[in-house]
Amino acid sequence: MDFGRSETGPANSEQDLVALKILIAGGFGVGKTTLVGAVSEIRPLRTEEALSAAGRPVDDTTGVEQKKTTTVAMDFGRITLREGLVLYLFGTPGQDRFWFLWDELATGALGAVVLADTRRLEDCFAAVDYFERRGIPFAVGVNCFEGARTFPPQAVRDALDLSDSVPVVLCDARDRESTKEVLISVVEHALEASVRRRTPEPSAP
Amino acid sequence: MPAHGDRGANGGQWYDDEAGPVVRPYAMTRGRTRSAAEDKLDLIALVVIEPRAVNGDLEGSSELALAPEHQHIIELCMVEPMSVAELAADTNLPVGVVRVLLGDLLDAELVRVRRPVPPAQLPDERILREVINGLRAL
Ligand SMILES: Nc1nc2c(ncn2[C@@H]2O[C@H](COP(=O)(O)OP(=O)(O)OP(=O)(O)O)[C@@H](O)[C@H]2O)c(=O)[nH]1
Ligand SMILES: [Mg+2]
Repeated sequence: MDFGRSETGPANSEQDLVALKILIAGGFGVGKTTLVGAVSEIRPLRTEEALSAAGRPVDDTTGVEQKKTTTVAMDFGRITLREGLVLYLFGTPGQDRFWFLWDELATGALGAVVLADTRRLEDCFAAVDYFERRGIPFAVGVNCFEGARTFPPQAVRDALDLSDSVPVVLCDARDRESTKEVLISVVEHALEASVRRRTPEPSAP
Repeated sequence: MPAHGDRGANGGQWYDDEAGPVVRPYAMTRGRTRSAAEDKLDLIALVVIEPRAVNGDLEGSSELALAPEHQHIIELCMVEPMSVAELAADTNLPVGVVRVLLGDLLDAELVRVRRPVPPAQLPDERILREVINGLRAL
């Protein structure tokens, strides 16, 4: 170990590290795993937050039988944009019973992608609702399963009752370029939201 | 001064067979599912190794008997600072277990944690522009 070279070492450049996250949400089987895999290495992540969400005291022995909670799998990917700037993608669990996980995932998220399948648009209502209510910038990616091309973005926008500022993008989750476009539209939307907040409209006197 | 020492009374608790795959992680964390540091440990919080851990001077630290899982986390963070999520993925442990193990390492001052961008506030616009350009360039 070379103690003399304090300017090197693993804990050195941490001041410059920025980690950001984008959530990938949507109904069951809509292409979340595929999308994360198209732009990033996917690593399965397991969490057993269900235990703490139950709010059961750790040392309460009567609660021991409650610990048989299953772990929940999420998709997790990483995109290194440059040294010190990393974007993490988290695929939210599709099933409703894992809703409580979203709060943690959503905290500090720069934005979200809501994937929609036009054959089952209602599957993404919950996600749209969730991000709208929390004020998290999101874009809707209309995943190109059969028939999606015949479903214009405006129809999707109307069906989901989205505000005009929310991007609606046709995409193919299997395609890297297409997936990049969806992610870019989310970040651009977040940027617009940020600019708008910084320069509030002049209020009437 | 072990922060979790007072939990020792229950430390030997072993769960029954039906507990299935959670038995092993919970045994590993001695039944603890929370750590004092938990609220610091966002999924994208970065775990940075302390020089103390790099120097391999761990034999003298009586406050913490390092389990192989602690050691594994230290090794991963030695290469570069790692997010909590990556540590969980790379150790193949559930996130909650990794948080508890990190709590131990924080108590022993072997690692420290860098919070991500504060939740209430968006990253600054310069960074967002950089992300957009970075994605385009991928
Ligand atoms: N035609 C077409 N098929 C797709 C597209 N995206 C995903 N698929 C297929 O749809 C199936 C489901 O995709 P997944 O990525 O596993 O969906 P998911 O949202 O992760 O599913 P859950 O995690 O089970 O909710 C897979 O067989 C994919 O190959 C797409 O854009 N077009
Ligand atoms: Mg999936």
